[in-house]
Amino acid sequence: MFQFIIRRLLLLLPVVVGIVFVTFVIVRAIPSDPCKAMLGEKATEAKCNEFRERYGLNDNVVIQFGRYLVNMTTGDFGVSIRFGRPVVDLMSERLPVTIELTILAMLFSTLLGVGLGVLSALNRNSIIDTFTMVIANIGVSMPVFWLGMVLAYIFAILLKDTPFVLPPSGRLTSGISLIPLTRYWEMTDVAGAQKFAVDFLSNTLLFNALITGNFKALGDGLKHLILPAVAVGTIPMAIIARMTRSSLLEVLGLDYIRTAKAKGLIFNKVITRHAMRNAMVPIVTIIGLETGALLSGAVLTETVFALPGVGTALVQAILARDYPVVQGFTLIVALIFIFANLLVDLSYAYLDPRIRLE
Amino acid sequence: MSAVTLPVSTSSRERLSPAREALRRLSKHRSAQIGTVILVLMILVAVFAPLLAPYDPFQRQLSVKRRQPPCIHLLGCPADQPEHIFGIDGNSRDLFSRVLYGSRLSLQIGFITVTFAILVGGLLGALSAFAGGWVDNVIMRSMDVLMAFPSLLLAIAIVSVLGTGLINALLAIGIVSIPRYARLVRATVLQVREMEYVQASRALGGGGLHVLFTRILPNAITPLIVQGTLGIAGAIIDAAALSFLGLGAEPPRPEWGLMLGEERNSVFSAPHLVIFPGLAIMLTVLSFNLLGDGLRDALDPRLRGSGS
Repeated sequence: MFQFIIRRLLLLLPVVVGIVFVTFVIVRAIPSDPCKAMLGEKATEAKCNEFRERYGLNDNVVIQFGRYLVNMTTGDFGVSIRFGRPVVDLMSERLPVTIELTILAMLFSTLLGVGLGVLSALNRNSIIDTFTMVIANIGVSMPVFWLGMVLAYIFAILLKDTPFVLPPSGRLTSGISLIPLTRYWEMTDVAGAQKFAVDFLSNTLLFNALITGNFKALGDGLKHLILPAVAVGTIPMAIIARMTRSSLLEVLGLDYIRTAKAKGLIFNKVITRHAMRNAMVPIVTIIGLETGALLSGAVLTETVFALPGVGTALVQAILARDYPVVQGFTLIVALIFIFANLLVDLSYAYLDPRIRLE
Repeated sequence: MSAVTLPVSTSSRERLSPAREALRRLSKHRSAQIGTVILVLMILVAVFAPLLAPYDPFQRQLSVKRRQPPCIHLLGCPADQPEHIFGIDGNSRDLFSRVLYGSRLSLQIGFITVTFAILVGGLLGALSAFAGGWVDNVIMRSMDVLMAFPSLLLAIAIVSVLGTGLINALLAIGIVSIPRYARLVRATVLQVREMEYVQASRALGGGGLHVLFTRILPNAITPLIVQGTLGIAGAIIDAAALSFLGLGAEPPRPEWGLMLGEERNSVFSAPHLVIFPGLAIMLTVLSFNLLGDGLRDALDPRLRGSGS
């Protein structure tokens, strides 16, 4: 198993370098002069030269790429043009929201999707099955941002005076706040990777609330995340349900299931121990592939629910031509996506020992 | 004469060409039926939008309030008021006419991006499989890298380079979907290349391109049709998403995603501005998804099983 993990990591290296290369090229390919973008249209040639010298833009492209790689490994993603702050600082502020949202959406889509899929497969061609598949087809066809808006309208306006009312925007109700973890842990002069880690955890609202024991904020934060998570998770949920249904149906027709039934195993065990274990491989694949959809969905849904995450930051950065931010955030999301797919690969090996030997 | 002497029961089935056999299976596929009906309606709406639309989609209406809710005479709207069955948008335009015209844009967007992606991707895939060696490696590894990004995110990044606008958004979505088709065509070519009938064609003196286009690539058409149909659904949603974020179509174009983006903040006061364009996107995408599922089951029995 250890060997397998190492091999997978090594296989990943060229893809990671490729991704870094693409983000590098994207920023270099921008038609406008970076100097003019940074210093404004009226910058003189002398000033531009000084600028290029300072940022090493006069060097060979290969050297620039090398430097970019080296800087990145030390956590230096450049400085935001618009805010004049390191991109890393912005990441520690914006990433937590997106990750919290993605994880919650993933939980929702996986639990409900697998559940509905199993239910449909076991009651094939029943009303439940038809209903699930109709919902799945419609779910796949909905734009996530639209679903978000419709959910916001239903739960914030139509259900206003019922116990089901949910907040349609923001992270916390005004008046509720959390203290930074640096203060809670009484840390002074943190810097570098440690600062990033602590800031990141501090801005991970649910984690912070748990650590500091602020359960009011925890409940409120969760409440704010329910609608976005449901919106983001619905499409993957539909796809996972379809996959689970067909995968389980295929396995249920195999001989060893009949054997398991014939030897008198109770039905639930046949499903959980025998059928699901084999059916899980394609399901896990889909869950891994859907991570990309979840991340894209989170990016779109943040705009609807006014959540200060990667998506809103990215869109604002593009409109403001804040290229270091675009570059850094694109890169980090792609890396998260790759990491998620690595986890999926590793879980295959756990589910199906044959894959380890490949 | 010989046809007459054959037993009727077998001859009528067996003599169907593969294409007609597939068509017959498709016409019996329930989701394909539903998908086709919706799609035909959508295409009719798109073609006849100028005749169907009661108002000019760009023209401000003078006698109405901004964001006025729908007014339908049959549902009790006073007869002295002008009828606006989807209501009025934030610029006092008739939403129904705009949604009708939007179908033109979305269908075009879907077809154009997917055609672009299939042409470029197919060419790259065929080249990759045919050339082999380092060419294959370079092309396919670049495809891997493109696929390593969440697709919408990569499209957003590309738009940031090209600049915002509908054409650039389409280009970005097209580029992002290239790898899917490149892989598909490459796999088909590799699979078919060594088959005996291809060898035979070569032995008869067929040149490389002749063999590629007349013997090998026709095998890729079936999976390309299936993938392409589902791809159109994805392209329409992605284009709507980019326009929604303000990176795609620009006002006053009646693009569904843009309509949602423009009225994002009025969802609580004027929900009709959000519901109808969204429903239009959903129906269009649904029709392509259903048709794609049906095509997959009808054309490519090997792939059967992952649909409903």
